Amino acid sequence: MTIEPDDDIVLQVSDLEVVFEGRAVLSDLTFSVARGEILTILGPNGAGKTVLLRSLLGIVPYHGTITWQPGLRIGYVPQRLPYIRNMPLSVADFFELKTDATSDAPAMLDTVGLPPELAGHRIGDLSSGQFQRVLIAWALAGDPDLLLFDEPTAGVDVRGTETVYTLLSRLYRERNLTMLVVTHDLAVVHRLSSTVLCLNRKPVCHGPPLDILTPENLQRLYGTEVKFYEHEHE
Amino acid sequence: MSTLSFSLAAGAFIAAAAAYLGSVMLSRRMALVAGPLGHLTLPGIALALLWGLDVSLGAFPFVLLGVVLIWWIEARTRLPMEALTALVFAAGVAIAFLLLPIEQAETALVGDIMQTGAGDAALSVAVSLTVVLVVRHTYRKLVLTTISEELSAAEGIDVKRYNLMYLLLIAVVVALGVKVVGGLLTAALVAVPPAAARNVAHNLRQYAHGAMAIGVMSALAGVLLSHLTDLPAGPLIVLVSITFFVISFPFTR
Repeated sequence: MTIEPDDDIVLQVSDLEVVFEGRAVLSDLTFSVARGEILTILGPNGAGKTVLLRSLLGIVPYHGTITWQPGLRIGYVPQRLPYIRNMPLSVADFFELKTDATSDAPAMLDTVGLPPELAGHRIGDLSSGQFQRVLIAWALAGDPDLLLFDEPTAGVDVRGTETVYTLLSRLYRERNLTMLVVTHDLAVVHRLSSTVLCLNRKPVCHGPPLDILTPENLQRLYGTEVKFYEHEHE
Repeated sequence: MSTLSFSLAAGAFIAAAAAYLGSVMLSRRMALVAGPLGHLTLPGIALALLWGLDVSLGAFPFVLLGVVLIWWIEARTRLPMEALTALVFAAGVAIAFLLLPIEQAETALVGDIMQTGAGDAALSVAVSLTVVLVVRHTYRKLVLTTISEELSAAEGIDVKRYNLMYLLLIAVVVALGVKVVGGLLTAALVAVPPAAARNVAHNLRQYAHGAMAIGVMSALAGVLLSHLTDLPAGPLIVLVSITFFVISFPFTR
């Protein structure tokens, strides 16, 4: 299929299947994302969430079709960047690596609530909360239409988590964003999303979080672990 | 021009190219891949010496085979890299010592930068300069791909193409490097100058330029010391660069 530039749908995924060494790590996945939607992708560890993101970015081979709206600008916020601390890279250097930056580092740092003078600091010297905001600022520097967000709460303390939610909600309103957020955290789903897609190698459920996140569906999603856990406490 | 000036020119340019590319490799823990790749060149060096060719020309097909193997295996399997490199290392050294006349072993092991003629020097300088220009032109994308393939892909960078180009650059640098330091020490040429520069650099520019400066100074000092002492240049160059690292270490940020 094709998506026209003025369509409401910005991403259409049909019959997606990803196979590693003869084993399907993702299959039968069909969903679409509409402009202005906040879709969370919820699933346990090993459910194929990262594989899905990598397929959407076109860096793993897959079967099926992934269609992006032509000209859509994508900002990607990774969970962590293990190699970046091995480099003597200042925050300003990091922003210079961006190919399509429309604003400079100090302005973008201000947008995410960080002091602009942080631009001169080395990435390795930032706290994990500051680093996550720098990654968000970096993604926003290209003025994206859609944010792909990998595990927003990971490695951030409880107070930091609160402000990241607030920050994301504010950015969503101010910048007319569409968001696709991968997470294993139910709190993220309830606070942020308009739609949730539950994934455990195959789609388990899909719809508005209040309708979809029933105990039955969560048990199907998290499998025997939840059953076993509940059993023990009876 | 004397042989010494040819050696100085070739050594300095090759060292600059190796250190510059090395500044990207070091952060992805790729620098040590230059080691087994260097070992893999040994049969090529042996053939080049038997046929009277430039050692870099003999080394290049073998190192090219090595990087294509790495690229292919990385993309398709989850074979442990250590097992593979050990295998490659052993095969390279074993074949080299079957082919190589023992009196020429020194050239293969520690390089022959002191025997650089005008043609060799011109070729080395031209190829090194090309590597530096290509790396300079693609540096930001190479660094971004090193930091995260996902971020690069979201930026619209063709990650597979950049990975292949990156490996080809490594192949060229290793083939050049064996001339300077021999088949066993090529990893030092790409790893040590950036490691020393990283100790003191505040930002990316200082890091990349510092690595090149340390590489060039080590090569010049090593060649001159070899000229004065008649000791082999390759090990001297490596030891000078390690001295830079040791001096920079207390200033580590």
